[in-house]
Amino acid sequence: MTALLEVEGLVKHFVAERSLFGRAVAHVKAVDGVSFSLEAGRTLALVGESGCGKSTVSRLVLRLIEPDAGSVRFDGRDLLALDAGGLRAFRREAQIIFQDPYASLNPRMTVGQILTEPLALHDLVPAARRSERVAEILRLVGLEPRLARRYPHEFSGGQRQRIAIARALAVEPKLIICDEPVSALDVSIRSQILNLLRELQDRLGLAYIFVSHDLAVVKHIADRVAVMNLGQIVEEADADELFATPRHPYSRALLSAIPLPQPHAKRAKVLLQGEIPSALNPPPGCRFHTRCPFVIERCRNEAPALLADDGGHATACHRVSELPSADTLLPAAGGVSPALAKLVAAFSRKTEGAAVSGVGIQGTAPTTK
Amino acid sequence: MSVSPLIEIRDLRIRFHGDDGRITYAVDSVDLSVANGATLGLVGESGCGKSVTSLAIMGLLPKQSAEISGAIRFDDFDLLKTPDQTLRDLRGNRLAMIFQEPMTSLNPSLTIGDQIIETILRHRGGSRRNARERAIELLRRVHIPSPERRIDEYPHKLSGGMRQRVMIAMALACDPRLLIADEPTTALDVTLQAQILELMRELKAASGAAIILITHDLGVVAEVCDEVAVMYAGEIVERAPVDELFSAPQHPYTVGLLGSIPRLDHRAEQLATIEGMVPNMAQPPAGCRFAARCPFVLDACIKAPPPLIETSPGHLSRCIRAPLERLVS
Repeated sequence: MTALLEVEGLVKHFVAERSLFGRAVAHVKAVDGVSFSLEAGRTLALVGESGCGKSTVSRLVLRLIEPDAGSVRFDGRDLLALDAGGLRAFRREAQIIFQDPYASLNPRMTVGQILTEPLALHDLVPAARRSERVAEILRLVGLEPRLARRYPHEFSGGQRQRIAIARALAVEPKLIICDEPVSALDVSIRSQILNLLRELQDRLGLAYIFVSHDLAVVKHIADRVAVMNLGQIVEEADADELFATPRHPYSRALLSAIPLPQPHAKRAKVLLQGEIPSALNPPPGCRFHTRCPFVIERCRNEAPALLADDGGHATACHRVSELPSADTLLPAAGGVSPALAKLVAAFSRKTEGAAVSGVGIQGTAPTTK
Repeated sequence: MSVSPLIEIRDLRIRFHGDDGRITYAVDSVDLSVANGATLGLVGESGCGKSVTSLAIMGLLPKQSAEISGAIRFDDFDLLKTPDQTLRDLRGNRLAMIFQEPMTSLNPSLTIGDQIIETILRHRGGSRRNARERAIELLRRVHIPSPERRIDEYPHKLSGGMRQRVMIAMALACDPRLLIADEPTTALDVTLQAQILELMRELKAASGAAIILITHDLGVVAEVCDEVAVMYAGEIVERAPVDELFSAPQHPYTVGLLGSIPRLDHRAEQLATIEGMVPNMAQPPAGCRFAARCPFVLDACIKAPPPLIETSPGHLSRCIRAPLERLVS
């Protein structure tokens, strides 16, 4: 199977400061040599902390901003060679959902207008059938078609995110980039959106690039995970593999920093000292060396390459073969007591039966292909 | 564990009167208490009344629009009847608060040192030089590197994690007995969040202060709290020691919350969802406020508001179907 998306050596430096004569004197190295590939129908998660470049990568992939170097191939086409028309055609196949559903919907358009626009723009559906199609898309994301007449402010945060998803789905894309799609939502709403994203993937065969800082969410949704630090991927592996045997000290620190909903959980912690260095002036050598508990002299001078083993688990660390086992850092299973598991199962079973208007997924006919 | 609680809230009710004459019932019959040295987690989703409760304790709700009744006993004061002047003496002194957004709660035109020193001089008096020394000491306690130099910097020069440390240093300036932390780590990256949580644990052990931690993150609750109160639509729906809440929750809302979080320590194919919406708090339902979204609902739930009942010692649930084990066995 060939990959849907192939990204090779992507670089983006933003100018942070200019001299009096307009010459760039300082750059933010937002993305510095990032490569990955994604197959159709799969989910790749880009994980990291603020400023690691994960959002910039997602914008580069869509060519919302232009890279300084590197290549992006989508379905065999070289994206960077596309002209304006070609780019527009490509946008039909790749869409993005943003973090803040309050800011990403035009408050002066009704939901119907918001969803009709992409249909008209790409001339997908004849004008007479558009409202019918809008109703279909709304049902697909679990909203009632009659809501098309309303404005975004009349909806809750979770519903707005459903509308943003609906807008992305309107053009029947193959790839959706989800940039922190649930970070701004309350926990109970978050689970609805995560379930919806998974269900849509199963039903429509979508590929996702899922950008997030929350490893628990990523574990739930991703097939493959790339951990980024200061513009570079430091570890990439299948999700199960990464969460079972994280290798890079940064991945381990991230994993152990997540508070577990399990009082008195027995696990060791890696508490990173110090601050996240600025991407304006990333440290020489390994960019993680200022916070790494396993740092040696070599790390300060020589940048480690991202090397994959036979199983496709890639790590960028000089000391990867000599690091201690990560077992003590991993959360022990059994955080969910048998009593809780039973209660949650009963809670979910009953909820599925209950028909609540306006939310929940309603039965729909397949609408694409 | 508790002899006499440090703070005791009795039947707290808060209503907001809007300009258009509409009344919003933000908080209803809330009872809470926190013992010296204990940490209480106040958990709930947006709009459940958790932050309003904490602002009531601090006396920071607008007098014109907020109608507050009940009692908040702290030391020998009833905070709801305490005159403003006395409240000002308490705030920043024996009562302190940390907010979510360190960028907006620090004054950008004053150095961090000036802001901490101001607090110390206001409540403790003494010379400016002594106050400055104490400020440096406080910055050291919250692990700010080279505090002698940092003290003269402005907030914009500090990163988010550093600013939150400064906020904590300022809150600790006068050794508060009660610290209210409103989503103190929500704006921070996970590795910084872990540092701040560790710092809070450390400071609690050293000072013996009581903490009310307001958060929506159940992971944070599990890591730092001794007891938890879950709020929904202005009411406390469940109160329990932290272990019990996570292993045997007694309110359906808590069950839904626990089932809806993706976890590192458990694999779930499908996450639980809580269908429906929070009730309109201008007209709260007559019966149980969660009834419309509850899978275990009975006719009786809709008719009368359920009382808070004790299902086991120290474990309270506002659900007439508790103990919930009966429903699944």
